[in-house]
Amino acid sequence: MTGGVQEAEAAPAEVFDVAVVGAGPAGLAAAGEAAAAGCSVLLVDAGTQFGGQYWRHAAPEAEDTDPGRWHHGWSIYQRLTQRVRDAVDVGRIRHLASTHVVSVRREQAGGDGAEGFLLQASLLPEAQKPGSYQAPQLLQARALILCPGTYDRQLPVPGWTLPGVMAAGGVQAFIKTQGAAPGRRVVLAGTGPFLLSAAASVIHAGAEVAAICESNSLTGWFPGGAAAALVPSKAAEGAGYVALLAKHRVPYYRSTAVTAIHGDAAREGAVRSVTVSALDASGTPVPGSGREVNDVDVVGLGWGFVPQPELLLQLGAQTTLDEDGSLVGVADADQSSSIPRLYLAGEITGVAGAAAAVAEGRIAGRAASSSVGQAVRAGVADIQDRATRAAHRRFASVMQKAHPIPEGWTQWLEDETLICRCEEVPWETARAAAEELSAEEPRGLKGSTRIGMGWCQGRMCGFAAQCLSKKAHVGEGGASSGREAEHAAALSAAKRPLAVPMRLGDLAEEPELTQE
Amino acid sequence: MSAVPRTGADVLVIGAGAVGSAVAFYCARAGMSVTVLDKGKPGGGTSSRCEGNLLVSDKEHGPELDLANYSLDLWRGELEEFGHLWEFENKGGIIVASRESSMTSLQRALRTQREHGIRVEEIDVPQLRELEPNISDDAVGAAFYPDDAQLMPMLLTAHMLRLARSHGAQVHPDTEVTGFLSQGERITGVTTNRGEFQANVVINAAGPWSGQLASLAGVSVPVEPRRGYVLVTEPLPPKVFHKVYAAEYIDNVGSSDDGLQTSPVVEGTPAGSILIGSSRERVGFDPTFSPTAVRDIARNAVELFPFLSDVRILRHYFGFRPYSPDHVPVIGPDPRAPGLWHACGHEGAGIGLASGTGKLIAQAVAGEPTDLDLAAFAPDRFGAADSEAAQSGAAKEAAA
Repeated sequence: MTGGVQEAEAAPAEVFDVAVVGAGPAGLAAAGEAAAAGCSVLLVDAGTQFGGQYWRHAAPEAEDTDPGRWHHGWSIYQRLTQRVRDAVDVGRIRHLASTHVVSVRREQAGGDGAEGFLLQASLLPEAQKPGSYQAPQLLQARALILCPGTYDRQLPVPGWTLPGVMAAGGVQAFIKTQGAAPGRRVVLAGTGPFLLSAAASVIHAGAEVAAICESNSLTGWFPGGAAAALVPSKAAEGAGYVALLAKHRVPYYRSTAVTAIHGDAAREGAVRSVTVSALDASGTPVPGSGREVNDVDVVGLGWGFVPQPELLLQLGAQTTLDEDGSLVGVADADQSSSIPRLYLAGEITGVAGAAAAVAEGRIAGRAASSSVGQAVRAGVADIQDRATRAAHRRFASVMQKAHPIPEGWTQWLEDETLICRCEEVPWETARAAAEELSAEEPRGLKGSTRIGMGWCQGRMCGFAAQCLSKKAHVGEGGASSGREAEHAAALSAAKRPLAVPMRLGDLAEEPELTQE
Repeated sequence: MSAVPRTGADVLVIGAGAVGSAVAFYCARAGMSVTVLDKGKPGGGTSSRCEGNLLVSDKEHGPELDLANYSLDLWRGELEEFGHLWEFENKGGIIVASRESSMTSLQRALRTQREHGIRVEEIDVPQLRELEPNISDDAVGAAFYPDDAQLMPMLLTAHMLRLARSHGAQVHPDTEVTGFLSQGERITGVTTNRGEFQANVVINAAGPWSGQLASLAGVSVPVEPRRGYVLVTEPLPPKVFHKVYAAEYIDNVGSSDDGLQTSPVVEGTPAGSILIGSSRERVGFDPTFSPTAVRDIARNAVELFPFLSDVRILRHYFGFRPYSPDHVPVIGPDPRAPGLWHACGHEGAGIGLASGTGKLIAQAVAGEPTDLDLAAFAPDRFGAADSEAAQSGAAKEAAA
């Protein structure tokens, strides 16, 4: 591979007014707005095409004539991307697709002496052309808008490593890109409204939903729920799901969790059935309540979403623990972080859905533009965006309160259930470390068991490790200090100096920046 | 011990890193009542941000070498039964010379080391290839140190503390010392964010924070942080079999330069990741990312093992070594503050030297003769210049 490496050259002198990381709902909105304000914009995105996870869709080669049929708000997506494409065409936006931002740091950038941002961007390995390796590049911008979105939050359960077990988000992503369901008969389990959205996708893709297991007793989502009523689009969405599930007679269980997944030895362990158990008020499985749901080939587990905090933490921006236990960035009314010219939009400020993300992206795009001296006319649109953001954040907050992770989830673990899949660390090892070595917080747990040290760097097991540490802190010094300790633990577990793995050769060849 | 009325623990250890944990273990095993405090989590400082070296190959003759040999005997002797718990591996170290000139300096160093009892063999390129098939074609010769070893520092700390607890020790995380208690001129305990702790003997095992801790007691111990980065690769099948480093490393270990120095140190781990160091820079407790340090480490490593170029790095981290101006640890009672003892200043060797430090402290606190003379490690050995340098370093940190 080294033969094809191009000599590292001095980085190009171009300094963008605004860099946007992520081209999902928030990033598209932010980039479009900043370009419209007259900024030169860099839009870096890991996706091969626009849309992020929310509007993930089939590649053009798939010739899906109507990708919008899998999506909410497809017309919004089309408007946002058209605006970005127009700006790309006139050279106002430079779009780097299939590109990860590996790291970011603050640097002197631009002629005005103010600090800007230096992004190390790396082409995805699968996007590299054979024979001509494209080394990572350094890019500079005066203002930065982070819209990194989320990934699925995982909670271990016996059997969760079997073929056919996916994240609920993964089930939906599969359908959006393949145009077909990943299996014939699907069980969706976990908590939160996303289970309904995923179930709707499965039904639309022509497969059967064998059961939905909602771990909470569920209040507030269905039509008439106080919060939903304040956000008519969400109320309508909820009503749509209810009607759809009723029409297809989908069994919907409350206060219920999938507590074991069973594979079929004859089919390389592929999923064949699940055990569902009732949960008591504290979220602990009720002994003896387990019953089998058979003839299942896909299980989608949905425990919510984790905002991707790497770049935020590399810059040292202020964070907080959201109501759902996720580490999120602190942003003010203009989506400005605690760091000058660093703006945050979308799920990185708290999981609140695509409508809030678009509104935040637009607000951030305008604020970032004005921070680099591009006058922005604040009009009716701005008032509308702020109202949309407020309504959807309120709705999200109610949803998060109604859908906590069941306290007693560790009760369904078996000794050999893997907590960390990369390093293959079973529950008994984690428990022993906590009990015998007092390795209760994620850092100690990591050091003594290797949980989170593997390929995914704790993205998959990090939330579980954080939950274990939360238990350890119960009763230590009251609720607030427990919350503080949990925040500190989450911070320490989520610090990743490289947002994605990087070739050592690329680290060795990082070019020097030319400073005038 | 009987001269002072007993009011709390016999021994209060400040710092639950590798050194503090070993001190706690040996003292508790000797029957003393032991309390350990840490301002964060056990092993949360330097011990979780290092590589776990137990080296004789980088030592010059003198008290540090004596302590290294003494410690190695303990790791392989009375601590052997626990070795698997902290992944102790007697893997051997190799110093590689890539130029004729560095081979000459290496040969010179070998002669001196041999005279002082370090086991080392000069090996030629074919022998080197046999030991390390993936080494660079540039290698012109090497030295093999069969006594170099490695362990996993976080596991060491966790298990040392567990063993200490099994002998009755108490461990208090998140407990930060804010001041010292005294009766007359004698130190009798500490104040913390979680109340007072009294003890006959307070032991400063606070690693790079030891200088700050000592100053709370009104004495100067010129231990300062010296930052180092480590890069961690994806897990791989075994490709690096020993602790392999370049001849320049010895010079850097022995230097006192403030500026950035890097030299390659490459080693595999039982988990499959390869750890890649090293850098040294005295920048206080500065957490700002240093792209230069990471880039230089990467370059050096690729020169030593070209296959590493295509290997992916999952993360990198930095830690602060407790640097002592004469590169010799500070171990023993402080005559300037009776009741206060030190077990600090081990710079990059604290993991390997933890066992010896712990045992010597336990012997001395019990009033027994120590296996090694502690005079060379005396806390009050430093001159005014060292102390002033430490003061100005502390001031720089305070300003930053």
